[in-house]
Amino acid sequence: MSDAIATAPVPSGAPPLLMVEHLTMRFGGLLAVDDLSFSAADAEITSIIGPNGAGKTTVFNCLTGFYKPTIGRLALTAPHGRFLLEQMEGFRIPQKARVARTFQNIRLFPAMSVLENLIVAQHNKLMRASAFTLAGLVGLPRYGRAERQAIELARYWLDKTELTVQADAPAGSLPYGSQRRLEIARAMCNEPVLLCLDEPAAGLNARESAELNALLLSIKREQQIAILLIEHDMGVVMGISDHIVVLDYGRKISDGTPEEIRSDPAVIKAYLGEEEEAELPPEVAQDLEVRT
Amino acid sequence: MEYFVQQLINGLTLGAIYGLIAIGYTMVYGIIGMINFAHGDIYMIGAFLSIICFLILGAIGVTFIPLALMIVLIISVVLTAAYGWTVERVAYRPLRGSFRLAPLISAIGMSIFLQNYVQLAQGARNKPLQPIISGGMTVMEGNGFAVYLSYLQIVIVIITIVLMAGFTLLITRTSLGRAQRACEQDQRMAALLGVNVDRTISLTFVAGAALAAVAGLMVTLYYGVVDFFIGFLAGIKAFTAAVLGGIGSLPGAMLGGVLIGLIEAFWSAYFSVEYKDLAAYAVLVLVLIFRPSGLLGRPEIEKV
Repeated sequence: MSDAIATAPVPSGAPPLLMVEHLTMRFGGLLAVDDLSFSAADAEITSIIGPNGAGKTTVFNCLTGFYKPTIGRLALTAPHGRFLLEQMEGFRIPQKARVARTFQNIRLFPAMSVLENLIVAQHNKLMRASAFTLAGLVGLPRYGRAERQAIELARYWLDKTELTVQADAPAGSLPYGSQRRLEIARAMCNEPVLLCLDEPAAGLNARESAELNALLLSIKREQQIAILLIEHDMGVVMGISDHIVVLDYGRKISDGTPEEIRSDPAVIKAYLGEEEEAELPPEVAQDLEVRT
Repeated sequence: MEYFVQQLINGLTLGAIYGLIAIGYTMVYGIIGMINFAHGDIYMIGAFLSIICFLILGAIGVTFIPLALMIVLIISVVLTAAYGWTVERVAYRPLRGSFRLAPLISAIGMSIFLQNYVQLAQGARNKPLQPIISGGMTVMEGNGFAVYLSYLQIVIVIITIVLMAGFTLLITRTSLGRAQRACEQDQRMAALLGVNVDRTISLTFVAGAALAAVAGLMVTLYYGVVDFFIGFLAGIKAFTAAVLGGIGSLPGAMLGGVLIGLIEAFWSAYFSVEYKDLAAYAVLVLVLIFRPSGLLGRPEIEKV
């Protein structure tokens, strides 16, 4: 079955922005991702869904250089060049290939201000402009200009994420929902061609998650970048995805549009299980009865 | 009163030097969460390089003092910074990601190595240097005691203030400083934003070593004598200063340095010179017992 999916037709013409081919990640005896192939295109939201432990975050960790894949090719073809992410050193992936990511558990720099969080994301641009800090220290105009541009970009994303009022507050003092938005704003300040979001809707209430949908759709529309989304909130996934990849135990079990996924028996089986009750050992079933 | 003012001046001068060394400790601790035990010896290297430079310049006949000072400053800062870079490269980077104690031990090894290396290369005897900046002025007089402020003391304090201001700017205003603070808080996340973490850590060691070199130069000028063992005592006192101010905090290191300098000066003036080192150690013990996060430090919050 996996063979059929691995050779599934890819849209013809130019290669898609991200091509993941035969990605396999093994931790000792555990096969976290097993021969996974999929692609993500510009100006599209590609969601990766699957039950807990399906290997979704592992895929992200391979894409962003935290893990070196056991096998596989992660090819990113962007206007500014072609990169094989699996061969790049961690910090060069955001720097050169321009892949940005957010985390399931928020990882801001809590002691820095909101604005500074966004400026750090533009570190490389500023380092170049400042000739590795020397020019910045003596205050050359070139650095001043680069810094103003950086602040300009930061301000744009602050506006987009409605954080302008809190720009000078320490990032750690923001409420949870704002921290989530700030993480996205920071990733965008990296000016990525591929944005990887790991459960951005986790812990958001219904209103906040609707706002998140709108934000992601507008990023897709205005920046024309590829967005890769891991999400459990099916309202978000079904509402905004152009394309969904379903994983279970590290394997791809389905790949298609939201409509196709919704009606795919393999997906329903993975999510709801098959005759689960019958598999319960008798003593557990008994225990459950006693409790209820 | 006059005696007191004189001790105040001496203490501030001493404190400025301790403060400069303490910044190296506090920055390295801030970024990698470890004490660089070889830092005191980096300072000693800086002092030796200065004295060697002075002797060479004297031999080739550069006698115009401001020019000689500039040349010595630049050469000793550059070479000492290279030592700092090497210490990080040899003793820290290969052990990054290893258990916490490993780089600590390798840094102590580095410290012992540097001491012995200088002892072998330069001999164990004290190396004297003729006073280069001499003279001074009497600022006040009374009760049969004249308060003397030497030009050298003025130079030391001014250089220290300039360097500390420059450093504060570097940390708060430049992209390198921002990257440094980002690495302090979350190295992996900083890398994910394209910050070259290894290089940022290297530059932190280099910057700390450069300041230590300036301190080494000033001590050479101030006391006119160096030996291979000065790094140990000065290192521990600067470390005490960093802990007293709150390790990881830049203004804390400066404040701690000045306080340790004052404590030492007043202790030797009013109690006993023989036990002046005891004062610094006593402060270290008291701070560790009663206020481990230091005067300006934030209490460490365990990440969950």
